[in-house]
Amino acid sequence: MKISIERAALLKAVSQAQSVVERRNTIPILANVLIEAEGDAVSFRATDLDIEVVDKTLAQVERAGATTVSAVMLHEIVRKLPDGALVSLTDDGASGRLAVEAGRSNFSLATLPKEDFPVMATSEYASNFSARAADLRRLFDKSKFAISTEETRYYLNGVYMHVADSDGGKVLRCVATDGHRLARIDSGLPDGAGDMPGVIVPRKTVGELRKLLDDDDMQIAVSVSETKIRFATPEITLTSKVIDGTFPDYTRVIPTGNTRKLEVDAADFAQAVDRVATVSSERSRAVKLSLDEDRLILSVNAPDSGAAEEELAVAYNDERLEIGFNAKYLLEIASQVDRENAVFMFNSSGDPTLMREGNDTSAIYVVMPMRV
Amino acid sequence: MLEHPELFSLSIAHMDCDAFYASVEKRDNPDLRDKPVIIGGGKRGVVSTACYIARIKGVRSAMPMFQALKLCPEAIVVPPRMSAYVDASRAIRAMMDELTPSIEPLSLDEAFLDLRGTEKLHGSPPAVMLASLVKRMMDELGLTGSIGLSHNKFLAKVASDLDKPQGFSVIGKQETPAFLAGKPVRMIWGIGPAGQVSLEKVGIRTFTDLLRWNREDLCQRFGSMGDRLWHLARGEDYRRVSANAPIKSISKETTFFEDTANTDLLDGYIWRLAEKVADRAKARHLAGRVVTLKLKQANFSTLTRRVSLQDATQIADRIYRTARALFDQVGDKGPYRLIGVGISDLVAEEGADISGDLLDPEAEKRVEIERASDKIRKKFGTDAILKGRALR
Repeated sequence: MKISIERAALLKAVSQAQSVVERRNTIPILANVLIEAEGDAVSFRATDLDIEVVDKTLAQVERAGATTVSAVMLHEIVRKLPDGALVSLTDDGASGRLAVEAGRSNFSLATLPKEDFPVMATSEYASNFSARAADLRRLFDKSKFAISTEETRYYLNGVYMHVADSDGGKVLRCVATDGHRLARIDSGLPDGAGDMPGVIVPRKTVGELRKLLDDDDMQIAVSVSETKIRFATPEITLTSKVIDGTFPDYTRVIPTGNTRKLEVDAADFAQAVDRVATVSSERSRAVKLSLDEDRLILSVNAPDSGAAEEELAVAYNDERLEIGFNAKYLLEIASQVDRENAVFMFNSSGDPTLMREGNDTSAIYVVMPMRV
Repeated sequence: MLEHPELFSLSIAHMDCDAFYASVEKRDNPDLRDKPVIIGGGKRGVVSTACYIARIKGVRSAMPMFQALKLCPEAIVVPPRMSAYVDASRAIRAMMDELTPSIEPLSLDEAFLDLRGTEKLHGSPPAVMLASLVKRMMDELGLTGSIGLSHNKFLAKVASDLDKPQGFSVIGKQETPAFLAGKPVRMIWGIGPAGQVSLEKVGIRTFTDLLRWNREDLCQRFGSMGDRLWHLARGEDYRRVSANAPIKSISKETTFFEDTANTDLLDGYIWRLAEKVADRAKARHLAGRVVTLKLKQANFSTLTRRVSLQDATQIADRIYRTARALFDQVGDKGPYRLIGVGISDLVAEEGADISGDLLDPEAEKRVEIERASDKIRKKFGTDAILKGRALR
């Protein structure tokens, strides 16, 4: 194999590959990226056995062929090469080395046989559709903060993507929760997605997917089966196993009878929460919200370190209410609001609270209060 | 008063109450005084403490109750009253506080005391003060204890066990090598059956065997424990008596009479252990962020699984559910010979169990039920109210 490729194109492909590769793995071949050159293109393939990413990019192929080298090392080398460099990758097939050359820099990297590289089995997808990058980005960006890290509830370690009924008909919906907060984000149902099976997309896949979604108008080809999901752009194909488990019935969790409404500027609110939470040294920092006629007092009382209080002008005209939340959870949901005011719907100090942006119900958040 | 050439120059002590729980029960109920008494939970439980009369018949701590009752059918089984033991322990602690600020409690009924530099203050050497401590315990609390006095913690603890009950044993510097010669290494606190096996593999059974090893070889073979063994073999122990050593974890484990893979049975153990861990945490006003499950397989290899919770807990129900989830994750690896449950990454209870679970709305109700049954147990004894699964 012998190819020449622009540094920028190579860096993009290799950085995607090296982020899929697990840093600590016991199977040497899984640390490598499989480079395959044919025609006028070269593809870079990496896997951790759960996720596989293939980045196909144009290159000048002088001699077709394939080999595997350490993804992390190749990435580091390419990253350190000067902008605009032309990089050549040469594998003579016999020496067990890949020569990487750019300008006056020469590297020789150990390879492993391409035959040893595990390629994810192709599978039948039950549903194939196309979605705008901007829509997918919103679905996952606004839900991923609520993904659980608790391994005992592995079925919460991802975003549940499924087709759901909403007031206006069917929607494509992403839900994530860790039992303390929940995010439910809806988007218009793309053509052909109606019979998509509901799947739990693992946290790592959500992170890798994000790199495909920077260009708003890019159409992403999505394929879904009971066990796998695939996202593809013309260059990059990301295939992932989905979490084998049942996502809990989240609809029971979303409060419908909360009537006490607070409307507040989300940015002011987040800054105030952040300020008062400073005095608490606890990891689970509780902030108390005291609500009265158009007035919100945020306070933290940490016996060991101090106390803080801040008042905000808000829209609220219901009975007095005192309710506590984890400061981090409040900050996270408040930062999801970017256009209108944040609207909180409370019931009592012990019941889950609902938050949305203005009257938009296509993105709602539920957060569990804390005793304060 | 006993005589010993170093009696008045030694100042590291270990105080160990004699059959503590049983002694408290006998003190509070004089009818029990001349009868064999076993403290423990129910017919299916294990012996927590046996009084000295029951010990004559061979009853020992941690023995299954049915076996204990076979050895000593006339024994009176008394359910533990933790609050009474905690009260007695506090009273003893107050007396020890008058002797020295350097006290390291190991449990409710035993503690290390460092009395160095107190002779001037009290006008009497440590040995005299310790003798007056046990006398006061007898006179004012009706409880007896044994004292071990030596030049370090290891030997003080060994000494307190030499002449129980109501003993006062001394191991001086001069006699240390002669004392240790030929003694089994299992005497070392922290060397359990598994440790003994690995030591025996290389021919170490006694302190004399240990002396034949050089320091490097021991370290290579046993890591940091090797270095400690090398010192202990020479009667050296440089650990300090640390007052208020913070507790790092709370755990309970149990070894089965017969190896088992029965999930229902194991589930019952997980619950009972979780409840004990929770009781301990509640008594100490602590809560843990990490829940650990330990399983020992029939071939003695140990599996440990742990998980971090989002907020700390001291609730038996949460500890149980978390440990049970860990157990289910382990899969089918039984039969097991031991199971243990613990919490660590401890914090003060104020910040614990303050947020509910969206996906488990019943959880808060269960917490309230547990708090209510805790009150009942406090008033009427730990077995006054039980979960059905505790009987599994």
